[in-house]
Amino acid sequence: MDKYLTLLSFGPEGWGDELLSGALVTISVALATLPFGLALGLGVALAKRSDNRLLRAVGTAYTTIFRGVPELLTLYIIYFGVQVLVQALWKGLGLPGTIELSPFVSGVVALGIVLGAFSAEVWLGALNAVHKGQREAAAALGLSKAQTFRLVVLPQVFRVALPGLGNNWMVLLKETSLVSVITLQDTMFIATRANVTTKEPFLFFGVAMLIYLFFSVISATGLSRIEARTNRAYAPAGGRRP
Amino acid sequence: MRWCEAPGAWIGLEVLQNYGCRMISGLWLTIELVLISFTLGLVIGLALALLRLNGPRPLAMLITGYMTFFRGTPLLGQLFLIYYGLGSFRLFWQDVGLWWLFREPYYCCLLAFTANTAAYQAEIFRGAFLALPRGQTEAAEALGLNRIATYWTVLLPQAMITALRPLGNELIVMIKASALASLVTLFDLMGATKLAFARSFDLNIYLVAALLYLGLVEIIRRIWDAMERRLTRHLVLH
Repeated sequence: MDKYLTLLSFGPEGWGDELLSGALVTISVALATLPFGLALGLGVALAKRSDNRLLRAVGTAYTTIFRGVPELLTLYIIYFGVQVLVQALWKGLGLPGTIELSPFVSGVVALGIVLGAFSAEVWLGALNAVHKGQREAAAALGLSKAQTFRLVVLPQVFRVALPGLGNNWMVLLKETSLVSVITLQDTMFIATRANVTTKEPFLFFGVAMLIYLFFSVISATGLSRIEARTNRAYAPAGGRRP
Repeated sequence: MRWCEAPGAWIGLEVLQNYGCRMISGLWLTIELVLISFTLGLVIGLALALLRLNGPRPLAMLITGYMTFFRGTPLLGQLFLIYYGLGSFRLFWQDVGLWWLFREPYYCCLLAFTANTAAYQAEIFRGAFLALPRGQTEAAEALGLNRIATYWTVLLPQAMITALRPLGNELIVMIKASALASLVTLFDLMGATKLAFARSFDLNIYLVAALLYLGLVEIIRRIWDAMERRLTRHLVLH
């Protein structure tokens, strides 16, 4: 037992501090991906609703491809493929030196693209749930298209989309474990390294799982609170307050 | 020339010609892993859902814990925990005669995938049963059906209508997640692709793999649409 406590302690002999920094990387990747992926998803959802046929086709192709291809494959394609493209572009422009996409940037871009595809479907459903009369009323009040979207549609969309987006977040949190394969030092990466050094795989992968479980449970609790808050005006009459 | 080299030769992609056969056997391994784990997960998931809803409290709590763990942690971690973690207790497994299972990455993959998808499918079934109106159970009781007959002839067919879509999504998630098998030395479609890339440095092979995965997902989607039409043929939906 003492041996395991030493292995998990903070300090030169223990892996506690490394695991903590891994956990921080995990949560940073997820938090950095979230706004990027959600904004991308909203854009794709709007493209899928647009009157322009080309935009609609692009939106549909985007969600079909990135929801159907394994996240691991997307990650490899971004990390290796886009790397080559970016370097070729850099050279083509005659810029000095070389450029390299860091694992962090590649990871955030790949996960963001996938999150964009999945959240687009959630946004789309929520956009469709906003009653047409809302837009008409906004137009009657003389609001511009942009104002209507920002002040009338989006707040209502957000409430409907929240449970779905919450799900997207939970999936994203677990998907961040994939960035360990492109050498980003997240929780899984640290656990793998600790295992190589100490030959205690069960201990370290077990602790890594508990870290993810901790994030998942915290997120689930937080999300249900936010949901209750956004729905507080909609509680059924006489029903129990959430 | 073997038939699996033909597509590469035909479109003039050298890497696909050289590794076409490996890609095909990789594709087959992917399908095999997914079909076995998804089917086992379906049976286990249904059993877990029923036990969580009807079983004794301690058992229901245990199942809740199982589902929380497998749905709250990444599949990659579960796979490593089983393959490296459980696999490290070699002497113990040899004693109980299960070393053959934890020695082989193939079986470890099946175990991890099945345990994972069973948890997700259990949640799908639980939600589908909970969504049924209470009157269905009461009516079945009034007709004198026993518990098993109630579930089998009244509740399950109706729950399946709700569960079908999410089950299809889960199958698609499993197809994509099976790419993780490549990280424990298996040559599934992803593993074969990585090998081809590592030897040829031709990125096109990744695009070929993406197309194959997309094809698989599209086939599943069509099968599921057909199944949904059949299950709901008594309802006026279309």
